[in-house]
Amino acid sequence: MSATATRTAYRDALVARMALDPAAVCLDTDTGLFSGVDFGDAAARYLNLGIAEHTLMGVAAGMAASGWRPYVNTMAAFAGARALEAVKIDIAYNALPVRVMATHAGVSAGHLGPTHHALEDVAVMRTLPNMTVVVPADADSTVALLAQVAELPGPAYVRLGRKPTPSLPDGTPPPVLGTIQRLRAGEEIVLVAAGPLPVLAALGAAEALAEDGLDAGVLHAHTLKPFDAETLVAATGHARLVVTVEEHWPAGGLGSAVAEELAERAPRPLLRIAMPDRFVDTVGGQEHIVAEHGITPAGVAARVRARLTATDLP
Amino acid sequence: MTALVGAESLQETALRIRRHIVDMCAGPEGGHLGGSLSSADILAVLYFSVMNVDPGAPADPGRDVFLLSKGHGAIGLYATLAERGYFPVEELATYARPGSRLMGHPVRAVPGVEMPTGSLGHGLALGLGFALSARLAGRANRSFVLMGDGELQEGSCWEAAIAAAAQRADNLVAVIDRNGLQLTGHTEQIAPLEPLADRWRAFNWAVREVDGHDHEALREALASAPWEPGRPSALVARTVKGQGLAMVAGKPNSHYATLSDRMHARLARALQAGDR
Repeated sequence: MSATATRTAYRDALVARMALDPAAVCLDTDTGLFSGVDFGDAAARYLNLGIAEHTLMGVAAGMAASGWRPYVNTMAAFAGARALEAVKIDIAYNALPVRVMATHAGVSAGHLGPTHHALEDVAVMRTLPNMTVVVPADADSTVALLAQVAELPGPAYVRLGRKPTPSLPDGTPPPVLGTIQRLRAGEEIVLVAAGPLPVLAALGAAEALAEDGLDAGVLHAHTLKPFDAETLVAATGHARLVVTVEEHWPAGGLGSAVAEELAERAPRPLLRIAMPDRFVDTVGGQEHIVAEHGITPAGVAARVRARLTATDLP
Repeated sequence: MTALVGAESLQETALRIRRHIVDMCAGPEGGHLGGSLSSADILAVLYFSVMNVDPGAPADPGRDVFLLSKGHGAIGLYATLAERGYFPVEELATYARPGSRLMGHPVRAVPGVEMPTGSLGHGLALGLGFALSARLAGRANRSFVLMGDGELQEGSCWEAAIAAAAQRADNLVAVIDRNGLQLTGHTEQIAPLEPLADRWRAFNWAVREVDGHDHEALREALASAPWEPGRPSALVARTVKGQGLAMVAGKPNSHYATLSDRMHARLARALQAGDR
């Protein structure tokens, strides 16, 4: 199982795409992601605008309205908060094909602390009309999803990490944008996860639950908007418990999306596992912080077992 | 493509724009009277004497682009676009009425409006995006952004100003409607901006100052941009809020007005009489 950062996979994929797509432009905010990158003939289409996230979004909107296809680069904490108004009004309102490529999402900025953690970004982006919201789970899914996002007529938010995270199991087929991916069959307990560490935690938890004799399946919800309610409802029809796992605050992320869809279409018992509703003030890398909050195979399995014994489920 | 009109005609055009502005302020919701009147001459000069635009081909890639960053001046822009032929002048009567596409801040549904604006501090970055687009495509068209002076209290304006200078975007022109007033009073009492021209110079822009109601001075300055190769241009246009109507000129409370029939008639008569 190799480990590559989703942002590294994105960077390399974008450099290749810039050569193929003469309308692609890469707008940067001094993130350092493209330091030393050779864009070759596309070099004029890489612009570093400085540490100016609002301006980044506005410039991208102006360029997209002029026929260019901008890929804009900033940290998730700034895309979803500092620059939000420009994302909302300049990009989403106009339904312009701007790709907001947000790195350092979740707690992947680790020891840099809550100023650089982004645990609200999915909630925020998911509320915006016209916006597609994508959370790849590893390097391969990043490349596959980016190729599909590139073809969208409207805007997209792509949530990326910082440091290398393990890849999904060998043989995992490429994800299809907008369609929930079934990573493991199982109908009794259905775990729905998004993002590198939550998906791996869900897969490991399903394995552990299977050892308990529970039929546990895993769904990979890489596209948070539009959300694939049909697959969700179909896959959870026999579930004693649906479990969501995400590296995000409880409000507005994957757990909310699943709760909303199930509540409207086919109510099921639901357990939402997310980062707690507080700022993470202790030092630690991404894996440390996430593990500390129970987003590990053992942690997720324990929460599921506790829920199954603590409640009177059908 | 550009409809060049003479000085006399430009005066008449600006007066017609002002009449429309006053008429729209008599609608059900009223309107931003003072700041629309202060920028009427700038809009008239841009659309009738400077910009390369064609109402018959509003998306022509070679067009000059205009962004009303001070989006509350929407009624002035609508009046100008209608007069310029983007849509029928009669449609101005629908302003702010249910079902109309003429909203209180510019929306893209209105022919000629490039981008929705009105949350302040967005226009300069958008204008820079259009300017960089033209440059990357090897086109010579320019991007004009009309900003309010109160708007400059938004930090994003200066963020974009830094980026534009760094990108050497000399096909970008910012026009600052320097009327000195904002909703609740004088800019210099609320959050001072002077020395305004020096501030833009310090951000490495080419800067000129002009009487924002002097058509010939506006035309000369705007038509000749870029003034310095490699530098974006900032024109500080000294204006009077409510210009054209002595009864409201220079008064902070002209910012937004809902005119009664009686007041509407009075202001319309004053405009007609050339009460400047």
